[in-house]
Amino acid sequence: MKKYIIKRVFISLITILVLVSVVFALVRLIPGDPFASEKMTPEIKANLERYYGFDKPLIVQYFTYLKNLVTGNLGYSMFYPNLRVNDIIASAFPYSFDLGMRALSMAISFGLILGIVAALNRGKVLDFTCVLIAIIGTSMPDFIIGATLQYFFGIKWGLLPVAQYKGISYTILPSIALGFYTLALVSRVMRANMIETIQQDYIKTAKSKGISKLRVIIKHQIRNAIMPVITILGPIVAALLTGTFVIESIFAIPGMGRHYVQSIQNLDYTIILGMTVFYGSFLVVANMIVDLLYGIVDPRIRVSGE
Amino acid sequence: MTKNNKPLMRVENLCKYFKIKEGQILKAVDDASFDIYKGETVGLVGESGCGKSTTGRCLVKLEQPTSGEVYFEDKEIYKHKYHEEFISQHPEENIPKINPDQAKLDYTKDVQMIFQNPYSSLNPRMTVKDIVGEGIRLHNKKIKNKELEKTIENLLNDVGLSKDHISRFPHEFSGGQRQRIGIARALSVDPKFIVCDEPISALDVSVQAQVINMLKKIQRERDLTYLFIAHDLSVVKYISDKVIVMYLGNIVEKAKSEDLYKNPMHPYTQALLSSIPVANPKIAKSRKRIVLEGELSSPINPKDCCRFSDRCKHVMPICKEVKPPLLAYEEGHEVACHLY
Repeated sequence: MKKYIIKRVFISLITILVLVSVVFALVRLIPGDPFASEKMTPEIKANLERYYGFDKPLIVQYFTYLKNLVTGNLGYSMFYPNLRVNDIIASAFPYSFDLGMRALSMAISFGLILGIVAALNRGKVLDFTCVLIAIIGTSMPDFIIGATLQYFFGIKWGLLPVAQYKGISYTILPSIALGFYTLALVSRVMRANMIETIQQDYIKTAKSKGISKLRVIIKHQIRNAIMPVITILGPIVAALLTGTFVIESIFAIPGMGRHYVQSIQNLDYTIILGMTVFYGSFLVVANMIVDLLYGIVDPRIRVSGE
Repeated sequence: MTKNNKPLMRVENLCKYFKIKEGQILKAVDDASFDIYKGETVGLVGESGCGKSTTGRCLVKLEQPTSGEVYFEDKEIYKHKYHEEFISQHPEENIPKINPDQAKLDYTKDVQMIFQNPYSSLNPRMTVKDIVGEGIRLHNKKIKNKELEKTIENLLNDVGLSKDHISRFPHEFSGGQRQRIGIARALSVDPKFIVCDEPISALDVSVQAQVINMLKKIQRERDLTYLFIAHDLSVVKYISDKVIVMYLGNIVEKAKSEDLYKNPMHPYTQALLSSIPVANPKIAKSRKRIVLEGELSSPINPKDCCRFSDRCKHVMPICKEVKPPLLAYEEGHEVACHLY
């Protein structure tokens, strides 16, 4: 197991290095530069370029960036010259993370319940209802769900605040809007797996032991059906926790989402790179944790990794 | 073999129908009756889809039969169904209700099943200890962990596994070893009757013999009774005292093992027996092979006639009209055919 973890960490580091290199190259391939502005005089531009080190060869810039990255320094923003990328992430990420955690826990718990209830009542009205919710969740874009929730709960009935992020009551609508797709996804995967598991021979074995129906469902069926849900969890966790542009815009939440989009519009090299590295590392780490978790839950994988 | 007059398991007019759609009924088991006495092994043979496994599952309460009765030690195992009707008809008498869950729990203490496919019948997420121990825990809730481990180790020893295997997972074993775990699991609650649903058909031939011999040894040691479901006739011949032949949900012949193999009466049994491969090529050449023509007809909405009549070469007009009853031809040899 130890060897497996070390191997896995090593692979993760390589992945992040490749990610940084590719994004670094791609960003520089975009036509234009961060200082392309009509007001800019050639002297000021040259000064700025010297300040950010653009006068040096690209390969030197690349290694300088890597060197700074190792020490955790993501550099200064080019559009807001006084802001460090680290500070931008530090101020925005807590909002995204908080919202993401709420959305995630809601999506997983309700998704699992919905999937299990649907599978146990297969072909009945309850199943149909759960499947319908799942279809709505997967087919409706999140901004429509967000806007609909705002209209009904915020404006028409006045139950919850429409936007901003200042307290628990503010978090409810955006986390539903953000997590609904994941909820639908989890419930669909769970339902399909529950139905597949019930046909397995070992369920018959369990029943023939004489154990109660509830125990068969919990101990034998759900435990086996939950595996694929864990697999899809890695990317989901990363996507939800690092913030989304759409939901954060609709609900006016000062999270990371808007920086993704704005930095590209401004060709803010350091923010683009910093955000991508942050998101990428998050994704890699989340996937690694899921892999390790998988090994703990599924004995078959644990052994092959040793 | 000692035979008392009362059978351990008595099956009467067992029917299991599956409704496919409106107006389409699959008669998996149709009107099957047989007795199984203590200590014997009854072989149940037939083609795939003839209702052997369904019969077996009805006996361990994995399926609820459509009609018919199954008596185990003179008690109807599905009695609570009738019992409740009886209570509702006699409200003035204070009859205690039977709890169906409790009834099933008590029943599974005595009757267990060994499953066909050892690769899929063991929960991949449980250790051998959990798989074998779950049943023991269920019937003996206060058992201490040490005691439980000791019991499981003894069971593993009995089925030819080592006690080091106790904390391993099913995927770490070969097919034969997995089936041994399955057998240990069935034995764990010390049952009286075991339904073996093709326990060796998924195994290599070399392993088959080991498992069969082990089953025989365990039967002697524990005074067990088996219903042995199989399609391999040579295996059934080796292990069974009596053989029941099924065709499309019907029992067509029922006899003592030696009688059946010496003197098969039903044309279907004759065809089946002639299909057993013989090791000696000289005998194999001289032997007349009866090849059945045509496909197995569908068990969905069968006509009320002899179900073998489409493929039988002795077919007579009456076969297409009247269903032959199962009649005793000689002592202990019953056959359902208009020829006799």
